[in-house]
Amino acid sequence: MSGASPLTPSSRTTGWLLAALAVAVLPHASHLPLWATGLTMALFAWRAIALRRPLPLPRKWLLPALVIVSAVGVLASYGTLFGRDAGVALLTLMLGLKLMEMRGYRDRFILILLGYFLIITHFLYSQRLWMGAYLFTAALLMTAALIGVNHPLPSRRFSQNLRLAGTLLAQAIPLMLVLFILFPRISGPLWRVPTDAGSGVSGLSDTMSPGSISQLSLSNAVAFRVKFDGKPPPAKQLYWRGPVLWYTNGRSWRVGYPPPARPVRYQGFGKAVKYQVILEPDGRKWLFALDLPASVPTNAMLRPDYLLMRAAPVERRLRYVMTSYLHYRTEGATPAELHRALQLPPAANPRTRRLAAAWRAEAPDNAVLVAQALAYYRRHHFVYTLSPPALPGPNPVDRFLFNSRRGFCEHFAASFVTLMRAAGIPARVVTGYQGGEYNPLGHYWVVRQSDAHAWAEVWLKGRGWVREDPTAMVSPDRVESGIQSALPAAAALPGGFGEGGAWLRDLRYGWDFINGGWNLWVLGYSQQRQLQLLARLGLSGWAEMALALFAGGGGLLLLTAAFLLRGRRWRRADPVTAAYRRFCIRLARAAVVRGPSEGPLDFARRAARRLPAAASEIHRISALYTMLRYGRTRPLAQVAELRRRARRFSAPSA
Amino acid sequence: MAFRPFQAWLEARLPRGSEMTLGHRTVYILPTRHGLMFGVMLAVMWVGSINYSLSLGFAFTFLLGSLAIVSIFHTYRNLVGLTLRPGKVEPVFSGQMAVFHICLHSREGASRPALVLQWEGRPPVAVDLPPAGECLALPLPAPQRGLLRPGRLHLFTQFPLGLFRAWAWAAPDMACLVYPQPAGEGAPPPPFGGETDAGGRPDGAGRDDFSGLRGYRPGDSPRHVAWKAVARDDTLLIKEFSGERGGVAWLEWTQLAPFDTETRLSCLARWVIDAERAGGDYGLRLPGQEIAPASGERHRERCLAALALFGERAQ
Repeated sequence: MSGASPLTPSSRTTGWLLAALAVAVLPHASHLPLWATGLTMALFAWRAIALRRPLPLPRKWLLPALVIVSAVGVLASYGTLFGRDAGVALLTLMLGLKLMEMRGYRDRFILILLGYFLIITHFLYSQRLWMGAYLFTAALLMTAALIGVNHPLPSRRFSQNLRLAGTLLAQAIPLMLVLFILFPRISGPLWRVPTDAGSGVSGLSDTMSPGSISQLSLSNAVAFRVKFDGKPPPAKQLYWRGPVLWYTNGRSWRVGYPPPARPVRYQGFGKAVKYQVILEPDGRKWLFALDLPASVPTNAMLRPDYLLMRAAPVERRLRYVMTSYLHYRTEGATPAELHRALQLPPAANPRTRRLAAAWRAEAPDNAVLVAQALAYYRRHHFVYTLSPPALPGPNPVDRFLFNSRRGFCEHFAASFVTLMRAAGIPARVVTGYQGGEYNPLGHYWVVRQSDAHAWAEVWLKGRGWVREDPTAMVSPDRVESGIQSALPAAAALPGGFGEGGAWLRDLRYGWDFINGGWNLWVLGYSQQRQLQLLARLGLSGWAEMALALFAGGGGLLLLTAAFLLRGRRWRRADPVTAAYRRFCIRLARAAVVRGPSEGPLDFARRAARRLPAAASEIHRISALYTMLRYGRTRPLAQVAELRRRARRFSAPSA
Repeated sequence: MAFRPFQAWLEARLPRGSEMTLGHRTVYILPTRHGLMFGVMLAVMWVGSINYSLSLGFAFTFLLGSLAIVSIFHTYRNLVGLTLRPGKVEPVFSGQMAVFHICLHSREGASRPALVLQWEGRPPVAVDLPPAGECLALPLPAPQRGLLRPGRLHLFTQFPLGLFRAWAWAAPDMACLVYPQPAGEGAPPPPFGGETDAGGRPDGAGRDDFSGLRGYRPGDSPRHVAWKAVARDDTLLIKEFSGERGGVAWLEWTQLAPFDTETRLSCLARWVIDAERAGGDYGLRLPGQEIAPASGERHRERCLAALALFGERAQ
């Protein structure tokens, strides 16, 4: 015999509820202000200790005070109470404070709702695959805690709740998939998305100073993925063009004023390369393409320095189809552009200027001078390294070219362009990515931040802008087989698997393949893609889509119901009892209701008195019922007769 | 016809039965208040996912929505197919709690967690039904003598998620016999000289002859409680006295002439209890009914039942 007042959760489940909530809150610790993380942790710890020993929970008046203090704190930290970051901070703190007020069923249920809501807010920060997996686990724990809250008796183990939660979620997944694919998507935003919604992504910027690209190379993050139509070009020709830097102050380079727009023309040779790019959002307006882009994606334009620019920054993963010519001859640079390509700060880097002037005096033409400069890097044993020494002082190029001679691609490109400009040859720095990694599983190339690169372009009469990569002079491996092979083992990049062996590399290919699919099919599943997919399935228009949704969802629900209720085969009522019950219902309609303890024969006598017209039938049915229900045998013929008579019986109005 | 058709329909639909299985037509299911809150939360999540174009936000919202829908089946399944059988019911004295035992089991041998049963208007009782089934004690106050028939039995469950509540009504065919409340102090003394220690009993038995201890039975006088033994063992024990058996005591309705019916019944109940304790034979005379003198537990119950049902249709 057991019994308890229902719906008052036992204290044992509270510990698990706390644990589930903690798991749901945890990832926010990485971006909440320190005081908010600390306060939330303190509230959790307090509640956890209060489970074991009688620790006083705050008095009633204290909680509103703490709520106000938290709100003021959030306002002080973020300057607002709204928007993503402030809202999440506020939600987390409110959850912590609600822990102090956890008495009945309702409080716990609200905590669980807050927990579920906190889980979904993590997606504002990261929608990576592993984050999805973590949050699914959090949802599993939260559901188990909800089951615990709804189980009033203390006898149940949490592992049972966990198993049931897993079962429920597993049964929910098919329906979730149907909804995910078929539920009509509405394109956001419905209201202005606060500016803090974009995640802090790193990528190439529009300035370059010593150390900026080598810093970027530490990141293993994906910049974009490329799929070629047909045979991909060799790795050393994969120069992904990014921002072109014109202006220098002697130390750093920047785009400066972009050259005025004009029709851009060039001659392409050979076969055009066709490919599509899936660009990770970087909050910038430029698009990367192989040198030189021959087509312009929608919503973009080609600037005179052959950079593709969009009207709006890339805030979401973007897919575009491109064509490029790897061999080309540019023409038509304006005198103003050439003038800009000779800009140098007047005083900086005197030794470099003197060297360039010496070459200028000897060289018969510009092409020879360019070759001489490139040879200089090889002859003087420059070293390609990820950790070059700092270049303090006003003349960093001098220090690099004549003293340290150790540098990363930005050092080589910057010093080369400085040399060219000092010698009177128009030149500019081009940043972007070089190379990439082929993924044999998905037959695509992955270009990572670690592939960031900088090179130079010089203007030669009759040939136009010509790409020169001084880094390739120093470290041919960098350009031909990627950065991992160009750096010494000791300097291997974090997250790089250069030394790891083949299986590790395969693992990485597989992982990236999964991530690529995740990005394309899960995260990139938008209204547009939904309509495309449905059109491919032959469903066009909202009506057909709704039909598919209801058919698919309904069918799944029927299957689930059949599966779940398969064991619950409630026996059909005994045919004799059922027939008699039907008879009683018909009599009740004629206002003759069988009393709670009235025997069938007593009832028959009373009913017959009330309804004399049906008396014989009433007696016959009642006698049959008594005989079949209480008799020792049950002849089938009589059962059939009873059922037939009960079915035909109709009580005349009294 | 001016009959209440709904009442009739309900009565017919819910026949009092000895055993009933909750079929799919008798189990209802609707969202709870908390389930509606959950729905509002899902709507907010959905709008947020639209606004921030969160693909995983959509996925998570749909996952929770599907979870809620799947939980409908689980909640429903927790109740449907459950079989109820009326269990034992012990007679009680008026003013005590009548305890009705309801035996639950499921034919499939499935365990059913967090089932809640309650008589209409009474506090609920929760149970985790093991696969083998279990009998559950459901108390109901018995304010007056007679046959106490419980009203409708409400069975519900919101397991596992509390978002939906499945419920069913049952009307088990049970009744509890409620004896009149035995008169307390100040009641007229019994014809055989009362339960005092003073002599003058018709059977001449002394009350000083302590013969042993026995467990407490409802109706025992507090004077006979062995308080020393209670202090020692924490169980209520009653001192028993033996007396020589001899004469017959007639407990008669007419002896209580100045009182009203219920008071008379109450006094008679006290007399029956005391007479049984005294050990001699006793008979009961009520208007239109006479129970021949005898003694023993069964005789006592017969007498008390006659008092309980006095004025009602004889059973």
